[in-house]
Amino acid sequence: MSDLEEFRAETRTWLDENCPVEMRDGDITAENQCWGGRQWKFQSEAQKLWFERALAKGYTVPTWPTEYGGAGLSSDEAKILEKERQAINARKPLSNFGISMLGPALLAYGTHEQKAQHLTGIARGEIRWCQGYSEPGAGSDLASLKSKCEDKGDHWLINGQKIWTSNADISDWIFCLVRTDFDAPKHQGITFILIDMASEGISVKPIVLISGHSPFCETFFDDVKVPKSYGDNNASVVGEVNRGWDVAKNLLVHERGMLGTMSPLRGTTGPESLGKFAAEQIGLDAAGRLDDPSLRQRIAQAELDNWAYNLTVERLTDEANAGNGLGAKSSMLKYAASELTKRGTELRMDIEGTTAAIIGEDGIEYGSLANNWLYNRAYSILGGTTEVQFNIISKRVLGLPSQ
Amino acid sequence: MPLILSEEQEMLQDAANGFLAEKAPVSAFRKVRDNKPADGFCRELWSEMAEMGWAGIIVEEEHGGSGFGYVGAGVLAEQMGRNLTASPFFSTSVLGATAIQQYGTEKQKAENLAAISSGETLYALAVDEGPRHNPSRVAFSAKPSGNGFTLSGTKTFVADGHVADKLIISARTSGEPGDPNGITLFLVNANAPEITREHTPMVDSRNAANLSVDGLEVTGDDILGELDGGYGALEGILSAGRAVLSAEMSGSAQQVFGVTTDYLKEREQFGQKIGSFQGLQHRAAHLATEIEMMKSAVLKSLKDLDEDFDNSGLTCSLAKAKTGQVAQLATQEAIQMHGGIGVTDEYDVGLYFKRVHVAQQMFGDAGFHNDRWAKNSGF
Repeated sequence: MSDLEEFRAETRTWLDENCPVEMRDGDITAENQCWGGRQWKFQSEAQKLWFERALAKGYTVPTWPTEYGGAGLSSDEAKILEKERQAINARKPLSNFGISMLGPALLAYGTHEQKAQHLTGIARGEIRWCQGYSEPGAGSDLASLKSKCEDKGDHWLINGQKIWTSNADISDWIFCLVRTDFDAPKHQGITFILIDMASEGISVKPIVLISGHSPFCETFFDDVKVPKSYGDNNASVVGEVNRGWDVAKNLLVHERGMLGTMSPLRGTTGPESLGKFAAEQIGLDAAGRLDDPSLRQRIAQAELDNWAYNLTVERLTDEANAGNGLGAKSSMLKYAASELTKRGTELRMDIEGTTAAIIGEDGIEYGSLANNWLYNRAYSILGGTTEVQFNIISKRVLGLPSQ
Repeated sequence: MPLILSEEQEMLQDAANGFLAEKAPVSAFRKVRDNKPADGFCRELWSEMAEMGWAGIIVEEEHGGSGFGYVGAGVLAEQMGRNLTASPFFSTSVLGATAIQQYGTEKQKAENLAAISSGETLYALAVDEGPRHNPSRVAFSAKPSGNGFTLSGTKTFVADGHVADKLIISARTSGEPGDPNGITLFLVNANAPEITREHTPMVDSRNAANLSVDGLEVTGDDILGELDGGYGALEGILSAGRAVLSAEMSGSAQQVFGVTTDYLKEREQFGQKIGSFQGLQHRAAHLATEIEMMKSAVLKSLKDLDEDFDNSGLTCSLAKAKTGQVAQLATQEAIQMHGGIGVTDEYDVGLYFKRVHVAQQMFGDAGFHNDRWAKNSGF
């Protein structure tokens, strides 16, 4: 047996012995996933047990080095763990923006001391992070951000506003892009800084979306003092001052990778396919075809596109692991995933017709189809709009000239 | 198994790329198109391909093949799609070889597989009888007579039908047209006097023929697969054909997209490269994404054929549907983004547009396969 086959056998046994049955429903949503953080309360004993067992094995962040709380798995091993986890429909023991976004950026740009503090906090589920990127005047043109960060000797002084800060109201720390040089070209005056959300002068206001609810907030910084250092070699700034755009871009690639590898049609129909669901709702004609030819065609096309998308995630991941890297192709996955996600709930709304449009006296119920359908409009906007992804693909994948 | 090519398959790809660029570029296809040789392809080129082991690419080594499987066949077809290479590869080495290797008796294998691998005998699959693909709508009749059958009827759009030495014909031994049961496959000598073959010049300048059979006597030994149960075998052969045709279309789409992005980087209007215009950039970015989806679909279907042939039918259908759509979009956009020269005969993009149209029609277009998927999924 090869080493990898041995690892697969061990992993299978470990998962079987350690993942509680209740955590094998495979249905990971924003509502039932384990986010971690200071305010975190486990939703069940099983969730807590699963988290603790995974933590002890380094499996909350399997590929991170063991010294920072990971298991130090190779990409091949991590792929096996992921496949075996999916094979038993197990939830992830912990998932949040620290793991998917900040962690990879710190691994690339952080000092040992920064990693020791922040990666360990993420791995252990102690600190929940939010992302301070967009501003009211800096959306698609992110590099035009204006939140001001002044050097005051032993600390930084920050004034400004961030928007679309997901879960800012329940996060512990924020990784933030601020402007440290207003005279330099826009990409060269940006700094990437880590701030405790408990700092004086930070206030947060949730934003209500068309879906009636949302995780998004506005975050205000009024004379917020941020220490230059949290200890020896442990600056609050990641990378160099005024060179934060490099870190930001690295992180955006991971964000697109995360958004680009979600399962789009999942959560729109439950375990059945859209087509089967439609057949139950609408019925079949005498020839056994869905009794609505146009809807039937749209559903078949969506299922075809979803199939090809899932294979592309698999293929591009395999190519990346084989050493060719994913690079800007993550923009293709992000674009495809967000458009498919919208299509999935649109189709479901059409299948259920006017029934799905009834919202009740208390407004749009959280987690309802209408809620998902409306919220999903945001997927092709957040994390870089579809049009921004097209710009990236044109430039970085196809090498088309700039205007 | 990772969804990427192995080192061996990558080497095959490099070899095919090098050989075809030298021996069978688009200019060679143009020559065949313009000189109109009776065969419709270059026999010398086919001999060279056979010498390299391409004719027997899926045939097991014990029968003289190179045992590369369907991923190997797809790798070659993709490069042929890039170069618009015209050859009997698809009809003989994919359809003929699949039919005999998967469904032939030991005797049929011994008689045919080595002849396929050496390239000396050409095969064609006669399945459709009307302008739209419909493999169960078989009226072509095989009536019991003595110890055997008498074949009569017509077939349309038989790729390489007029140059084939042997024909695989789907015929009705019981039931009515439209019924998948009651279909039987026969392997017959194409030069029998009862068979009339009419070459039909196609818009893609590739070989096709209409067949008319009038009272051809055959025996039970000429049956390929099971009596009345030929539809299962036909599905298997068509699945292999769909996946490899998808690989060919994928090659054409990638090639024509590369030519188009090169053009966007070089053509100037309004004082700048037209590739700097967002209106074109975003269409190119969308198409580039779709091409990635197509490549995954094609590779998956080829791998499924190699790993679990009998259960690969739906995957091959999905691949054909996705590839047909993307390749059509790629060739349409290629013409449009080239502007006026895109519709000239001198420029190659139009040749790809024509080939993809015919390949998309062959063995079911995207609509056919989406319908098949939906039916199989219970809607």
